[in-house]
Amino acid sequence: MGLEIFPQTDVTAEQVSVEDIKHLITNRAIEGETMLLNMGPQHPSTHGVLRLLLELDGETVVNCIPDIGYLHTGIEKNMEAKTYIKAEVMSDRIDYLNNLGNNLVYCLAVEKLVDLDVPPRAQAIRVILAELQRIASHLIWLGTHALDLAAMSVFLYCFREREIILDIFELCSGQRMMTTYIRPGGLWRDTPVEFEDAVRNFLKIFPRRIDEYEALLTKNPLFIERTKNIGILTPEDAIKWGVTGPMLRASGIAHDLRKVRPYSGYEQYDFDVPVANGCDTYDRYIVRIEEMRQSVRIIQQALDKLPYGPVLSSNRKYVPPPRSELGTSMEAVIHHFKYWTEGFPAPKAGVYAAVESPRGELGVYLEGDGGPKPYRCHWRTPSFANLQVLPLISKGVFVADMVALIGTVDIILGDVDR
Amino acid sequence: MNEQLQFAVEALKERFGGVEKIFRGDVEVILTPESIVPACQTLRDEFDFEMLVDVTAVDYWPQEEPRFHVVYRIRSLKHNLIIGLRVPVDGDNPAVSTIEGVYPNANWFEREVYDMFGIRFEGHSDLRRILMPYEWVGHPLRKDYPLGYEEVQFTFNFDEINVRKPFARRVNKK
Repeated sequence: MGLEIFPQTDVTAEQVSVEDIKHLITNRAIEGETMLLNMGPQHPSTHGVLRLLLELDGETVVNCIPDIGYLHTGIEKNMEAKTYIKAEVMSDRIDYLNNLGNNLVYCLAVEKLVDLDVPPRAQAIRVILAELQRIASHLIWLGTHALDLAAMSVFLYCFREREIILDIFELCSGQRMMTTYIRPGGLWRDTPVEFEDAVRNFLKIFPRRIDEYEALLTKNPLFIERTKNIGILTPEDAIKWGVTGPMLRASGIAHDLRKVRPYSGYEQYDFDVPVANGCDTYDRYIVRIEEMRQSVRIIQQALDKLPYGPVLSSNRKYVPPPRSELGTSMEAVIHHFKYWTEGFPAPKAGVYAAVESPRGELGVYLEGDGGPKPYRCHWRTPSFANLQVLPLISKGVFVADMVALIGTVDIILGDVDR
Repeated sequence: MNEQLQFAVEALKERFGGVEKIFRGDVEVILTPESIVPACQTLRDEFDFEMLVDVTAVDYWPQEEPRFHVVYRIRSLKHNLIIGLRVPVDGDNPAVSTIEGVYPNANWFEREVYDMFGIRFEGHSDLRRILMPYEWVGHPLRKDYPLGYEEVQFTFNFDEINVRKPFARRVNKK
């Protein structure tokens, strides 16, 4: 058959030899003075499948070597084989707590690539949904972070409120998490009539609920003890290591893409960028709590001046024909068929679009080749970039504090590994 | 284009022979592999581009020569600017110098590019695979790497399939 026979292998359990990581650990570990401890990938506090190799001197962390890739699903490769519209479905699965944010940044990239305008109503709804998603994501973070620090009840309260948000998503799109609701050129369809009331109800109860969480944690001596002055990240280091999002803002740098490079009409809304100067785990908690309040403000404003009009661009080259036309127009049927089977072509060029996700700068580098499929779709994910700083901030902490530090980086392993 | 960004682009063009490319407001400068480190140094020290946002690569096999483009994206928080740098890299034993010395967070990004495209970053402190298993053979995001349609390996047919796999083989690391 002409098959080239490669040397047969006898595959055993994976082992990383000390040779491979010799340059990352100190000589004391090789001599046996310090201990190498494996944390994860199935450790409950690693928020997924993160593996850390810890070098310990007694209970103090000397070195921390993150090992990622356990959740690598090859999404970037898969996207190259799908049309622009079909590839979007995979974007939901990247950061599975920020589905609408992923949709948003992907659609912004596609819109930038093919130069497509989005109607104002669609932009406002995008903002509302993205901010709801930010709150939902921060709720998960708050719940699990508090759970890691042994405050069990916060977790249950957070999931209670998150459920309301997921119900709103279900109302709009029919899906709780993997919505694919935001589409290139606008939205899948207009929101149902109940949408506005549902969001307003949520806005009515939610600010009081934030106060409840704060009552449980902000002045809780046990929580403060576990978070104050743990994981110090100086502003210089934060910039040097490319940290973005709440981690950067808790180091005193007011950098928020919604403010500095507004997209989807964020410039119309009045909101503050919460900043703290403590650079520690506690201040990152404060920043994220305050961000939830600001998100409520943005949603309120967006909802108050929600414009009427279409939610999908009128450029028929890039958006599907409305369902109502399919029964009466032959051209619409042809267009519908061509759109969903063949897709639309995009120019041979690359664009970079970025949004402020709950975790930081979420960017997409999208390159077209003149055909209907992305030639290259790279995701610059905030978790990946922020996790890199973990070895730096974990030097000299106790093993128990590692758990707090993994929580404070707010990693989503789907986002790290893609 | 913003004035400050214009200065930076002009400097790159003048000193390193960069070629400017603008598409939909995204400014990119194409540089040679030798000039990437000094170019980053210039951008960081003289034009306040403090934060490396992203490093990735694109594979143009088989249509284009040189095969790879390494794409850098650097942000200036002070002036609120973003610039892209592109470095064409030959497909035959591809290698670029690491910019880890300028931006330490290039470490993981470059490891990812190495893992996915097989582009070596010379002088990198820790050039191991990052997302794929460490004994993986092949670089998945290259265009000549197959997408799927491979049989799933179980214990009972592991060796049998292993023989037929052209790229994604596991080999014993000795």
